[in-house]
Amino acid sequence: MLHVGLNHFLVISTVLFSLGIFGIITRKNAVMVLMGIELILNSANINFIAFAKFGNFGDQGQIIALFVIILAAAEAAVALAIVLNIYKTFSTVNVDEIDTLKD
Amino acid sequence: MSIYDIVFYLFAAITILSAIFVVTNKNIVHSAFYLLFTFFGISGIYVLLGADFIAIVQLVVYVGGILILLIFGVMLTNKITSVQIKTGTFQVVPAAIGVGLFAGILFTVMLTTNWRSYNNSVPATTTKHLGMILIQQYALVFELLGILLLIAMIGAATLARK
Repeated sequence: MLHVGLNHFLVISTVLFSLGIFGIITRKNAVMVLMGIELILNSANINFIAFAKFGNFGDQGQIIALFVIILAAAEAAVALAIVLNIYKTFSTVNVDEIDTLKD
Repeated sequence: MSIYDIVFYLFAAITILSAIFVVTNKNIVHSAFYLLFTFFGISGIYVLLGADFIAIVQLVVYVGGILILLIFGVMLTNKITSVQIKTGTFQVVPAAIGVGLFAGILFTVMLTTNWRSYNNSVPATTTKHLGMILIQQYALVFELLGILLLIAMIGAATLARK
């Protein structure tokens, strides 16, 4: 158990994924929700690269991890633009107070 | 325990402890700085997995790009001078129970699965090989991602200055 193998990396990625989901559902600030999403994307990346090393796929997993990083960059830019617009419109970024569509 | 194992546990501890601080800290700016350590730890884990190029890309893109973007988001959406930068939390206990159950299920599935594990030798450097398959096998995806980044940049600029 002390010798580091595939399971150790999967444990880290599982813990990061769970912490990311916990952050997304408990924090009110939209920027904190984005940080939770980044944690989840990183945990997926750890899985991809761990399976690229321990699996039999060559370097394909690393390529997919690269694509995930690119998509995360694009997603963060657009999401922050949306958050800035929300702040201009509602003067708050707390996701539980932005409920205009309700009712 | 070899050096590899010790370094792994070090990076794992950095990653997970700072990730816990990210999701539990009340101050958003502190959370953003703990996120920095999380990204560093994950980058170290990539190095341990033999993905040197991805580790550098992780540092450049996440630490140099996305984290700066997030900190700008914090600064632009809070009145720093008047209000303290705090963020509320809600439904912490139900969320902790639900996420704990979810993590338990994930752990059970993961640890009971008999993963087929190959002992691949780690190449000294992956950059050249990654570059070759990026422009041969994945050329179309590569170009599409370039277009996507351009669209995201234009879209973010137009959304933000409206």
